[in-house]
Amino acid sequence: MNFLNFLISGISLGSIYAIIALGYTMVYGIAKMLNFAHGDVIMVGGYICFFAVSSYQLPPALGILAAIVVCTVLGMVVERLAYKPLRQAPSLAVLITAIGVSYFLQNSALLLWSSTPKMFPAFFTVKSEDAVKNSIQLFDGQLTVSFVTIATILTCLIIMVGLTLFINRTKMGKAMRACSEDKGAAQLMGINVDGTISMTFAIGSGLAAVAGVLLCSAYPTLVPTTGSMPGIKAFTAAVFGGIGSIPGALLGGLLLGVIETFAKAYISMQLSDAIVFAVLIIVLLVKPAGLLGKQIREKV
Amino acid sequence: MASLKITAKKNLSKTSRRNYLTYGLVILAFVILQAMSGSLSSSLKGMLVPICAYVVMAISLNLTVGILGELSLGHAGFMSVGAFTGVIVASYLQDTITIAPLRLAISMVAGAAFAALAGFLIGIPVLRLKGDYLAIVTLAFGEIIKTIFTNLYVGVDGRGLHFSLLEDKTNLAEGGKLVVSGPMGMGSIQKIASFTAGFLLILITLAVVFNLVNSRAGRAIMAIRDNRIAAESIGINVTKYKMIAFVTSAALAGAAGTLFAMNYSTIVATKFDFNTSILVLVFVVLGGLGNMLGSIIAAAVLTILPEALRQFSDYRMLVYAIVLILVMLATNNPTLRGYLDRVKGAITGKHSEKEAA
Amino acid sequence: MKKFLSILLALALVLSLAACGGDSGSSGGSTGGDSQTSGDSGSTGGDSDSSVSGAAFKLGGTGPLTGPVAVYGLAARNGAQIAVDEINAMGGIQFELNYQDDAHDAEKAVNAYNTLKDWGMQLSLGSVTSTPCEATSVMNFEDRIFALTPSASSVATTEGKDNVFQMCFTDPGQGAKSAEYIANQNLGTKIGVIWKNDDVYSKGIYDTFMAEAATLGLEVVSDTNFNDSNSTDFSVQIADAQSKGADLVFLPMYFDVAALIFSQASTVGYAPKWFGVDGMDGILSVDGFDTSLAEGVMLLTPFSADAEDERTQSFVAEYQSRHGEIPNQFAADAYDCVYAYKQALEAAGATPDMSASELCDLMQQQFTSMTFDGLTGDGAGITWETSGAVSKSPKGMIIQNGAYVGMD
Repeated sequence: MNFLNFLISGISLGSIYAIIALGYTMVYGIAKMLNFAHGDVIMVGGYICFFAVSSYQLPPALGILAAIVVCTVLGMVVERLAYKPLRQAPSLAVLITAIGVSYFLQNSALLLWSSTPKMFPAFFTVKSEDAVKNSIQLFDGQLTVSFVTIATILTCLIIMVGLTLFINRTKMGKAMRACSEDKGAAQLMGINVDGTISMTFAIGSGLAAVAGVLLCSAYPTLVPTTGSMPGIKAFTAAVFGGIGSIPGALLGGLLLGVIETFAKAYISMQLSDAIVFAVLIIVLLVKPAGLLGKQIREKV
Repeated sequence: MASLKITAKKNLSKTSRRNYLTYGLVILAFVILQAMSGSLSSSLKGMLVPICAYVVMAISLNLTVGILGELSLGHAGFMSVGAFTGVIVASYLQDTITIAPLRLAISMVAGAAFAALAGFLIGIPVLRLKGDYLAIVTLAFGEIIKTIFTNLYVGVDGRGLHFSLLEDKTNLAEGGKLVVSGPMGMGSIQKIASFTAGFLLILITLAVVFNLVNSRAGRAIMAIRDNRIAAESIGINVTKYKMIAFVTSAALAGAAGTLFAMNYSTIVATKFDFNTSILVLVFVVLGGLGNMLGSIIAAAVLTILPEALRQFSDYRMLVYAIVLILVMLATNNPTLRGYLDRVKGAITGKHSEKEAA
Repeated sequence: MKKFLSILLALALVLSLAACGGDSGSSGGSTGGDSQTSGDSGSTGGDSDSSVSGAAFKLGGTGPLTGPVAVYGLAARNGAQIAVDEINAMGGIQFELNYQDDAHDAEKAVNAYNTLKDWGMQLSLGSVTSTPCEATSVMNFEDRIFALTPSASSVATTEGKDNVFQMCFTDPGQGAKSAEYIANQNLGTKIGVIWKNDDVYSKGIYDTFMAEAATLGLEVVSDTNFNDSNSTDFSVQIADAQSKGADLVFLPMYFDVAALIFSQASTVGYAPKWFGVDGMDGILSVDGFDTSLAEGVMLLTPFSADAEDERTQSFVAEYQSRHGEIPNQFAADAYDCVYAYKQALEAAGATPDMSASELCDLMQQQFTSMTFDGLTGDGAGITWETSGAVSKSPKGMIIQNGAYVGMD
């Protein structure tokens, strides 16, 4: 039952992409910028949680909380210092600044935490003889699902539902939607646009922390560049699903994870990246705004 | 932007004056550097060819981003095509054509041709898309090109060229040589690139780009950038002109790739990844969209900057990141901009040219 | 507006050019000092600074001090720095060490090399990783600056260059030795291999391993790979090896990725014999690594931080006190490089006022004739062939109870 095994690892990988993609998509939807530093916030989240748990001996739950708090603050500070002064600047200027922030975070991490890989502790365990893993006996025990996988998929679903409710049911969510439609009009309606954007960054970075913890739990080597590749892949996933769309991020992330795993398993390991990107290109040719993206009609 | 819209005769003459200024400064820089080549540090000397290659990359990307108005995140892919084609051609011709500059020129033409072909093939799907979707598809193509070259094996022997993908199945005859060996890339390249060649390539690139921009096609391209629907409505063939810009840009990047590869004894496909594309994009944005002189200066400064920062030792790349952020903030700061505009008013144009040289 | 931007950039260009020129003009004294004091301990840095004023050999090297593989470059620099400080403290031959960042990239390595040349480098430590070293070794050859690379292991590094030598094994050597070892010791009947297809190091070992395995009649049942952008999820590779019943999996890769493979394999309950190469060394010192995952891992490595001899122990203690980490083989190889230089320079009676090319000739004679005893190798002494390849025997190690134990 290798097929099911691959499907499950694909979904698990895809769920992580999806959570990261959510951060990209929210920031893009509201601030209309590609935040290339997002992947590095994930890395920071991973490190904070790692140090909280291994050096300060905090329980994992507190470690995750610490990561979320630090990343949220980091996201807001970065937004305030590096992106807010560029609110009126061309979007490319903001893109380059985001890349600068990404370099900054990576190199700070290198100096602060050294380049030696850290092994992320295993949180998702059950105290029993067979502690680290959960083997669901299916098809003569050929199918194995780890707790990390289950936790990842569940977290992803909870975040999705929570975020959708937040966006659709709360006042802040309404403000976000308004800002994403038309900032000028939103401001005229008395919405604090700066505050809303700041809030978006806070939420996006908080999600990045969660993604960081999950990423490092599933793939436990932590180095200063840990976030960059998942960051690019998640960005791809966000576009795949239609950037700016929250269900799109989920769908894009999951599909990307599954396609990647299947391409590796059944077609060619060397060319798996090429295959993933080829699928992306084909999808965008058929649906130019991604799977669930809004087709905006151009007006003259 | 305004200075680019060639709507009146006055503007046109201003533009061509600007173009001559660009040529002049490039030639001046070349002459000065040649004159003092004895006293240059090896560090700076070693950077001359890559600077030339990056300058050409920046100008060609500026054509796509600044003139055509489409964000491309996969420009390094074309550089890669040019680099690989150029080196393969050069190794193939190694015994036939013994004059190194001629071999380099032929390799560059071949590199440019193949990059143009790649640009055309990629352009067909890419140019149907818009904005960030177009950007991500160029990124995707860049990654695909990288993946393919990482798994490509090319050998040269008496019977000609042999290609194979994924595994080395070239079965070379006696005396054959594996030019591209998959992940190990290209090794023992003959370093035939020179600063003069780079300088000539920059001049050719400028000539191509300025002539394109100032031609009928160039005006059509800029019309598409400024308003696609309006351009379409007056009968401009959008796809055709977009393709012209995109393919030209790709071809120039290919030539730059050949130049770059010929300057090192070894080149791997992963060199031309997303980060290199981004690096070139930074040159373009920092130099100013549509501003070729700006691209040239930005490419040169930002290639030298990390080297000049070596005295910061471990903090080098951190300082680089901070400088990058601060420059972006400063150049987009309304107060500072107003202040500098006043400073600019105080000094004459000629004054500033001297400094630029 | 654009014009003013160009002016601003032009100014920056002028400034950075000036900075560049100034850097090279005012000699690398400050640069050298920088990289020395940038170590964690300021006192030792100060120590070696005093020697700078005296006649010291200028020893330069490039390595990835930033970027994804910074761990190797920093380890090599730290190891070399310890050796330099020790040697300088002894009196006699003095060194001044200058390590420059190449970010594991041929282009930046050439820039770094040129910076070192401007600084007045007389002896080179090449580059730490293979791809950059292939680029810099050509320059070493052209400029007649002798190079002894601690860890760039590809054959192309030394091929055709009479003055470039290696302290580490060549990749093909490792691949063939591993296959021999597995066959001779009967370690496995069905072999699996997981390798990295965009890495010169991994690919070089893989190729010769496969060739040697074929001649020795080893049955390779599973042959899978990964690349840089796919180096997190190994479910497919592990499933392949597992389903094809591989009882020994050969991992020609570095320890950081191997750690991931071990942990993912344990999640799915796959526990073959793992066999690594020198890149595997260092796995036990990964912060937070559950060493039980690496239980029974076998590797061929030239260096073991747990070796009992006094030199290794004092080196490990010094490294730990400075950097808070256990040194890996990169650090040990770089440390050995500096001591090998010391031995060769002493034997040749070289003085720091000699030019790089004079030293190059002397070093070529010495390195092809001398026998060196260092931290790496199995104590039988290290010699070099004229090709520049090192000849030393790796130690077969196995991880037992969270520590390396010699295999026999």
